[in-house]
Amino acid sequence: MNFAFLFNNFFELTITGLALGAIYGLVALGYTMVYGVLQLINFAHSEVFMFGTFAVAWVVVFIHGTDSATQGLGPTLGILAIAFVAACLTSAAIAALVERLAYRPLMRRGAPKLIILISAIGMSFTLAEVMGVRDKLAGWFGLQVRLADYVSQARNVYSSPITINPHGLFPIGNYRVTDVDLLIIGSAVAMMVVLDQFVRRTRLGRGIRAVAQDPESAALMGVNSTRIVQATFLIGGVMAGAAATLYMIRIGSTRQNAGFILGVKAFTAAVMGGIGNLRGALLGGLVLGVAENWGSALFGTQWKDVVAFVLLILILLVRPTGILGESLAKARV
Amino acid sequence: MSTSETQPRGRRIPAPPARFQVPWLRTRQARLLMIAIGILLAYALPIVRPPILTTPDSDFGGVLTSMTSYALVAVGLNIVIGYAGLLDLGYVGFYAVGAYTTGVLTAQHWHWPFLLVLPVAIAVTMVTGVILGAPTLRVRGDYLAIVTLGFGEIIRITITNTPWLGGAAGIKDIPAPPSLGPDPVGVDQDGLFQIPHIAWNGLTPLIDNDHKTPFLVFGVLDAVPYYWLLLTVLLIVLVADILIKESRVGRAWEATREDEEAAELMGVPTFRYKLLAFALGAAIGGLAGSMLASGQGGFISPTSFLLLYSLLFVAAVIIGGAGNRCGAIVGGALVAYLPERFRGLSDWRLLIFGIALMVIVTFRPQGLLPPRRTRRAMKVEAEIEELEGEGVDA
Repeated sequence: MNFAFLFNNFFELTITGLALGAIYGLVALGYTMVYGVLQLINFAHSEVFMFGTFAVAWVVVFIHGTDSATQGLGPTLGILAIAFVAACLTSAAIAALVERLAYRPLMRRGAPKLIILISAIGMSFTLAEVMGVRDKLAGWFGLQVRLADYVSQARNVYSSPITINPHGLFPIGNYRVTDVDLLIIGSAVAMMVVLDQFVRRTRLGRGIRAVAQDPESAALMGVNSTRIVQATFLIGGVMAGAAATLYMIRIGSTRQNAGFILGVKAFTAAVMGGIGNLRGALLGGLVLGVAENWGSALFGTQWKDVVAFVLLILILLVRPTGILGESLAKARV
Repeated sequence: MSTSETQPRGRRIPAPPARFQVPWLRTRQARLLMIAIGILLAYALPIVRPPILTTPDSDFGGVLTSMTSYALVAVGLNIVIGYAGLLDLGYVGFYAVGAYTTGVLTAQHWHWPFLLVLPVAIAVTMVTGVILGAPTLRVRGDYLAIVTLGFGEIIRITITNTPWLGGAAGIKDIPAPPSLGPDPVGVDQDGLFQIPHIAWNGLTPLIDNDHKTPFLVFGVLDAVPYYWLLLTVLLIVLVADILIKESRVGRAWEATREDEEAAELMGVPTFRYKLLAFALGAAIGGLAGSMLASGQGGFISPTSFLLLYSLLFVAAVIIGGAGNRCGAIVGGALVAYLPERFRGLSDWRLLIFGIALMVIVTFRPQGLLPPRRTRRAMKVEAEIEELEGEGVDA
């Protein structure tokens, strides 16, 4: 138990933990939205995120080329903005695909919940593997050589050529907060606030809350629940795309199975905050991120995941429905 | 709209299968005879090696062994998911506890005999199940899924980071179960006697004297004896499973699964029965893990217990039809078999597996072999639908 390390680096660990947690929180929003509406764990959501990270890397390769470079955040903002849009679109498209292929056919036939869970797991495998054989898929169309920068070595780590060099802005304690930290935490909170207001104030948001509360009554009141479910997946996808962009800014590389572990963490965050609760998802993410950083400092990085899960179990023992515990349906206007 | 979807279900149920038309086949003796023939065929499978089933790119005996192993795990998990209705996403943790108890007691630190270790491993896993279940089973529904998932990961990471348990390198040279007959000296000169395999030339079976399975030597070369052992264990577990399911305990599980509050009001101590299901499921997982540890390779490492396997086990149970033990066996065997059958497609096999999962559940939303209760419920549902006509869109 390395208390000295924790106390000497307390501020750095906390701030970087918050940044990591913000990314968890954005992905967790996707889990929590789908859970709130359908009461189903969307296992394929991790793959929605993974496709977003690739979209970011591809956009950077497309605009910048493959020469590796280290740049500050300022000069790259233009590329990042385009990458952000691309990632959101890609992730939303994949999320829509998940809903269309893995959920809708089964929901229509009134399949039991567990069966839909398995179909989502199947979808998750399929998406991750499509990314893993993308070189061969490109080969079918004779594009393997022309797209080599994008598809070669499909199963290996794929890095964005631009490494973003964080720039210290102002000190908190003994740590200089960097622009990257601020960007990640700030944009995650901003996305969260926008989403929260969207669900509370817009017509579509009201529809989402209605379906979450009681799908049958909502249908009787003229809510098109298929469209609402679709919208829920799309919103989750956009959030995952945003998370993917922030993830690539921070980590800089991805691979075909990068979604899995992050997905498990994000789902943990969603449950920790109270699944179905939008604010809870972000809160859960931040708590998880900080706890992981403190835990790795105390016990060593190899115990990071254990710290996360033990915390989850402890929180659930004290508050069986998560920290905030309120469901999407009960979100007040 | 609703009728077009429910009709195929409705159509499937009323037509009784043709074999039930023969009165003699409906008798108890005939059923037992069929079961006995099925069991004999299962034992003969690795010797007969039917060409449609064999896996060209990996050892067929080994594939059969892992199929049986998955089937055993699926039968155990079926108690938790199918009977008690608890979604356990960390089942591989129990598998790991069973395997590591065996590994530590027979190879890593002590040298206990296999037959003594087996019950100890089962007991340790069962206790683990109770320890993990006691706090977590108070959490309901989907929260349970993530909590069990967390426990599975905690167990795996703890093993990886504990040198006493072999760490990331794992435990090797775990002794195999004791052989019958003389100790293995050569490839073919051991065991009480040897059974030649059958080779197929087109559709003509030939006796293949170059490949023989010694009876009963647990060596490194031949996986078939391990398959027979696992199959025997599976059959014993199945008998126990039938006895429990048909008892008061089984009915309590069913009541708890269908409506926990109602069951509680009727005087069923639901928590205690859920804990029992958890512990029994864990014990079978531990048994399967123990068999894995003392299996053909005699090697276990944390990579054998990834979270992915928990998902595969759950997929096996649900594809088979949660709540039906035969379904669990079919599901487990299928989940182990499919990736091996398509090993020739190396890079594509997981992709095909993922698509296969989706296709199977889309076409059989109740699982391949739904339990009789579900079939009855579906039949009633179809009848109600028919009576109500097309006006009601449920």
